[in-house]
Amino acid sequence: MKHTATYGLMAEFDTPGEIVKAARLATEAGYKKVDAYTPFPIEELAEALEFHHNGVPLVVLVGGIIGCIGGYLMQWWIATVSYPVNVGGRPYHSWPSFIVVTFEMTILCAVLAAVFGMLALNGLPMPYHPVFNVPRFAFATKDQFFLIIFSTDTKYDGAATRKFLESLNPHSVSEVPS
Amino acid sequence: MEQRTQQTGIKRAPVIEPGHTFATITDKISSIVLTRPTSNGWIAGFGVAFLLTMGLLYGVGYLFVRGVGIWGINIPIGWGFAIVNFVWWIGIGHAGTLISAILLLLRQSWRNSINRFAEAMTLFAVACAGMFPLLHLGRPWLFYWLFPYPNTMNYWPNFRSPLVWDVFAVSTYATTSLLFWFVGLIPDLATLRDRSDKRWLKMIYGILAMGWRGSARHWARYETAYLLLAGLATPLVLSVHTVVSFDFAIGIVPGWHTTIFPPYFVAGAIYSGFAMVLMLAIPIRKFYGLEDFITERHLQNSAKVMLATGLIVAYGYGMEAFMGWYSGNRYDSFLLWNRLHGPYSFFYYLLLSCNIFVPQVLWIRKLRSSPGWLFLISGVILTGMWLERFIIVVVSLQRDFLNSSWGMYYPTFWDWMTFIGTIGFFLACMFLFLRLLPSISIFEMRTLLPEAEVKAE
Repeated sequence: MKHTATYGLMAEFDTPGEIVKAARLATEAGYKKVDAYTPFPIEELAEALEFHHNGVPLVVLVGGIIGCIGGYLMQWWIATVSYPVNVGGRPYHSWPSFIVVTFEMTILCAVLAAVFGMLALNGLPMPYHPVFNVPRFAFATKDQFFLIIFSTDTKYDGAATRKFLESLNPHSVSEVPS
Repeated sequence: MEQRTQQTGIKRAPVIEPGHTFATITDKISSIVLTRPTSNGWIAGFGVAFLLTMGLLYGVGYLFVRGVGIWGINIPIGWGFAIVNFVWWIGIGHAGTLISAILLLLRQSWRNSINRFAEAMTLFAVACAGMFPLLHLGRPWLFYWLFPYPNTMNYWPNFRSPLVWDVFAVSTYATTSLLFWFVGLIPDLATLRDRSDKRWLKMIYGILAMGWRGSARHWARYETAYLLLAGLATPLVLSVHTVVSFDFAIGIVPGWHTTIFPPYFVAGAIYSGFAMVLMLAIPIRKFYGLEDFITERHLQNSAKVMLATGLIVAYGYGMEAFMGWYSGNRYDSFLLWNRLHGPYSFFYYLLLSCNIFVPQVLWIRKLRSSPGWLFLISGVILTGMWLERFIIVVVSLQRDFLNSSWGMYYPTFWDWMTFIGTIGFFLACMFLFLRLLPSISIFEMRTLLPEAEVKAE
């Protein structure tokens, strides 16, 4: 990996339509390390960046299965092995009574997996990030849309990439210092 | 695609008043937190709520010193106000999850302007609810014995008990509500971080936003996680009040041991929850000038949900009365007689008026779209739903199988103080929330604008 003083080149757009088009053109032009920043989720944008599979559903499924099996086994072990209590001669392994807690544990573990899995896959918390050095970037959480081509991209070339971004008709193009 | 925007019909009021852009939405909602000076009304409201919270702390402190004997509970009525308030508060919380999760899955985009504060309402209502069973324990400081953890007493909870199920249901619900609310807040916290001009504010919101920068890949994972959370919260919220109803229905006390309890409790929960949503939304939109975002449409829709769930609750009352007669069980039919003619009959009639008769005026479109009337009717419904839990808890326990074990229940000063104290605590939390966090989801409001559409080329 070549080390450069620039983190990437960032172009600013005004509308969701423009950013989706720009992202699509950038991927079509052969850029691989591209990202876009928007003030709200745009489904078409992830597709334009060829980001189709995020790992979140799998993480949640695994969390749910762990919660389900773990929750049931916990109750089974407590009720039959560790602390058997005879209630009116009913079987120790009285599974219908265990359904509720098993269900709640499934939901709880799946929810924890969803939240912390999503944050971990996104690499958050990350208080510092080079894109924050661009003063205009504060508008990415308001009403502006940003496309960045990272300098680690094999096709990245300061002048040519800037020219390419300018051909997309952006509001402005700025360099992101690393 | 068209449904996502506000053009859902010419006659209906819009979800957002026309003329807004991404920038105006952002500025309007974030200015409440960042630039608007704290109004005298806020200080006064928070002051009153804070005083009531102090009352709660006093009541709880005295309870810790003297024990549950300061309350009106006795044998046979061992549950009293604590459980009445617990069920009431947790029911109120349910509307928040319904709005944020179920309406999200049903793609009811009008929810976007009320889901944030409805979720906050859920969180604070669950906090109030969770207090009561713990305070009712007798030795509240040992509440952690309810959880299964390895301990030197060689003891474990009994998982055959609905009360243990309740511990799991309510703690799962509280955790899920908190996380769901916080995940929804992350992008808006980033907005506040970038909008605030004070360094210390930037730091606080920045830490809470965890470095959110709105990357397209982050958004994709975020949306998946949010949708899955909604999918998980939906069965959860239905299960929570079902489990609460099991606390009653698994027992053999007449009036409790019925199969209608779970659905009827869930409907009642949503009924009272929407009443609370309206009681909060109507003043919020007025005092913060948010009529553009919380429009007549939201009020109308909430009123319709109340009307529908109110009718389910009415069916529940009808079925209870019918089964009292049809079962031929002398204890069940006596319970019905006792409700209609016993010492608490006044409250039963009051309950029927508050929950069934008065809300029928919501059939009138004019009242459905009048904030003043809706506020009033919501208050009546909340009272009615509180009375419902009072009737279920107290009247059933009051006269069960043996005449020799009959009794009466009279709440004491401390009962009232704790109950009113939790209302103060709830309102104090809401006041702080309105002042410190965006009370309407900014990023979800942006998606409602027609400009948010990506036009196909």
